[in-house]
Amino acid sequence: MDEKRVCTGRYFMMGNVACAEGAMAAGCEFAAGYPITPATEVANHLAEKLPQVGGAFFQMEDEISSIAAVIGASWAGKKAMTVTSGPGISLMLENIGFAIGVETPCVIVNVQRGAPSTGMPTIGIQGDMVQAKHGSHGDYEIIALCPSSPQEMFEHTVIAFNYAEKYRTPVFLLSDAFVGHMREEVVIPEADKIKTIYRKIPELGTDPLKLKGFLDENVAPMPIFGKGFKAHVTSSCHDEYGKRNLIDISALDKFVRKLSDKILKHKEEITLVERDYEGAEVVLVSYGGVSRAAAEAVLQARKKGIAAGTLRLITVWPFPGEEIEKMARKAKHVIVLENNLGQIYPYIKAEAAHFSEVSFLPPKLVGEIQDPEDILKKIEEISK
Amino acid sequence: MSELVHPYHRFIRPTVTHSSFCPGCGDGTIAQSILRAIDGLDMDMDDFVFVSGIGCAAWIPSPLFNADVLHTTHGRPIAFAFGIKMGLTEKKVMVVSGDGDLVAIGGNHLIQNARRNIEMVVICSNNGIYGMTGGQAAPTTPMGVKTTTTPYGTFENVFEDISGLVIAAGASFVARWTTGHPRQLTASIKKAIQKKGFAFIEVISQCPVQFGRKMGVGNAVQMLEDYKNRSISIQEAKKLSKEELKGRIVVGELVDLDKPEMVEEVTRMRKKAMGGAEAAVDTGRS
Amino acid sequence: MGRTEILIGGVGGQGVVLSGILLGTAASLYDGKQAVQTQSYSSELRGGSARAEVIISEQRVTDPEVRKADILILMAEDAVGRYLPKIKPGGLLVIDSDLVKGVKPGEYEILSVPATSIADKEMNNIVVANLIILGALLKKTGLLSIASMEKAIEVSVPQKAKALNLKAFQRGLELT
Repeated sequence: MDEKRVCTGRYFMMGNVACAEGAMAAGCEFAAGYPITPATEVANHLAEKLPQVGGAFFQMEDEISSIAAVIGASWAGKKAMTVTSGPGISLMLENIGFAIGVETPCVIVNVQRGAPSTGMPTIGIQGDMVQAKHGSHGDYEIIALCPSSPQEMFEHTVIAFNYAEKYRTPVFLLSDAFVGHMREEVVIPEADKIKTIYRKIPELGTDPLKLKGFLDENVAPMPIFGKGFKAHVTSSCHDEYGKRNLIDISALDKFVRKLSDKILKHKEEITLVERDYEGAEVVLVSYGGVSRAAAEAVLQARKKGIAAGTLRLITVWPFPGEEIEKMARKAKHVIVLENNLGQIYPYIKAEAAHFSEVSFLPPKLVGEIQDPEDILKKIEEISK
Repeated sequence: MSELVHPYHRFIRPTVTHSSFCPGCGDGTIAQSILRAIDGLDMDMDDFVFVSGIGCAAWIPSPLFNADVLHTTHGRPIAFAFGIKMGLTEKKVMVVSGDGDLVAIGGNHLIQNARRNIEMVVICSNNGIYGMTGGQAAPTTPMGVKTTTTPYGTFENVFEDISGLVIAAGASFVARWTTGHPRQLTASIKKAIQKKGFAFIEVISQCPVQFGRKMGVGNAVQMLEDYKNRSISIQEAKKLSKEELKGRIVVGELVDLDKPEMVEEVTRMRKKAMGGAEAAVDTGRS
Repeated sequence: MGRTEILIGGVGGQGVVLSGILLGTAASLYDGKQAVQTQSYSSELRGGSARAEVIISEQRVTDPEVRKADILILMAEDAVGRYLPKIKPGGLLVIDSDLVKGVKPGEYEILSVPATSIADKEMNNIVVANLIILGALLKKTGLLSIASMEKAIEVSVPQKAKALNLKAFQRGLELT
């Protein structure tokens, strides 16, 4: 990657700024968004840095046009992203479905905030976890990553771009105001240490009539615009050539399944988790900022001689059910921690409950991650 | 005997066997005017990216035109086109869609991009009705008309002057024609394609099935005759009062001016950001 | 020293978050420690409530929230009711004594700093009261090295405000 794009060094950096630096390092060329707390620092930083490398951040008239412009830029061959918070995602959902339907690589950063509705803008909660997966209409799969520190805001943004390009799909970075506004040491490696991926495109000069640019579980090469591929791109039901078909049910079935299978077939390589539950009877399952409180509680529990462990989901979507099962087969008790009223809990429970007891420990206050002391109490209670 | 081939057949996607327009639809005239303009400028379909939204007119480029075509969500084609243009600055980006798509649900994208004066061509087929969904009232449907969603007649004021809105928003080229003016329309599309700026063309277009038949204003031929009778050139219209212009369709090139264009302004901004160095707009990836 | 939890409460415009950033930067980049800084503020940029949290530790900071503050810095009367219950028994309470009047003695040591009046009289700018407090805090606790804090000011404060901020910090060191 271009050295001008990577600000190698050691910083005490805000998560949102680290996210923007991650986008720069990943090769982002186009960003569009609309101002919203608590995500604006990402946009502000991109607005400053992108033009220096020939890109640009564009402030659009709303979030609908932001994601639309991002999809357009992606079809123009650019690595593209948008950044917003829950209310903005709510406006983007139709076009996120469009991006999935026509297999458009792009990154969507959601710095989640107090919700529902206008909620409490500066408070971080993990309130949009299921929205990312099920917000747009219809059956689809999506990729979502959950960073827990500014360092991961940088690293996961790079991974998000790589996944987006590799699997030709929108990828969510599900941060929140807590992690987005958190400052911590961030180490940005040298440019040649950062792996970046650019989408596969068809060989130039390929006969457009023979070009299968869609609906391949192994990810079809993307017939980006401006290269003479004469791509017909429609999110209406289409075949692998992109040809619209609004009559045959079998075409719809293929359209729905192939899009999902493309993600599910690669689930193992997309799934990132952090396992620390060897020999543990009680395992805490969490993601994002909450996982740090979980790690602290387990440290304390182990000091007291309790066999406790953690499983941290970095990839939340596609849901890593296999990882949950693998863990639950070894554990006696699973405690789920989230900074919400239990959004991913039902998914975890569905996989784990066959093998172990599963419970949810809600935060005392939504918006404040669980106190390790409270978690410890729960662990002690359970392991009595 | 050699096979007879339409001169614009080369512009049509080979896999397309028929258009999706009802008999008598004005969208065929608009399609042909666009292709005539491209041919007249000696341009190739690969010089263009076409973007459309949802509605009958959106089916003009998608799938008809043998080019890169993005068929987007309802109301948003201009917003998608913005991203395409910023990514492929050397290409001509043309949005073709209807009045419901561009002015009702997508009105703000039209306004804001006219304000930005970003180089693109937007062709709005204005048929005064929602055709594809079965004849519902549009903002452009005249007051009092019975439609499927206004069985007692529309009770909203009509959007009379879409072009006027786009002019006020700041577009550098705005023209209005009807499908009864195919030659003038073609000439204006040529100018629009060459314009450095936001170029908007409103085409009053007949929908004989949903508008004409149901509302008793006649078939396609009668509607076209009506357009011709009611049309008045912008030059002539300037001599008349507002009262005298009631019911008339003012046609012609309403605005054609030069002002800062956004893609060029972005290039300038990049130069500033790079400290005066030459701005690399394209990353050079093939 | 294990884990030190610092909570700073005030109103927007007082440099509450900047104080947190300076402590975190000094600890993390120049003092060989680990630090996490988080913040919350109301939507008003000026005059609304503002809070910064900093955790400084020899080891990696797992839990990033201040649960019980070892050091509580209060820069506004408003913040007293909100944050005083968060102080750890035996903790250090630092107050801007020009602005915070309603603190009763309790299970904490009080470091009273007339930061705003010093900033106003000697520097003609009340905005740097926070740096005076940081100076007094470091002098009192030895939490971080003075050189590290000076470097943090160098990299975190806009060019034109550096001299003033350094001066205020150094003035704070002379107190107590």
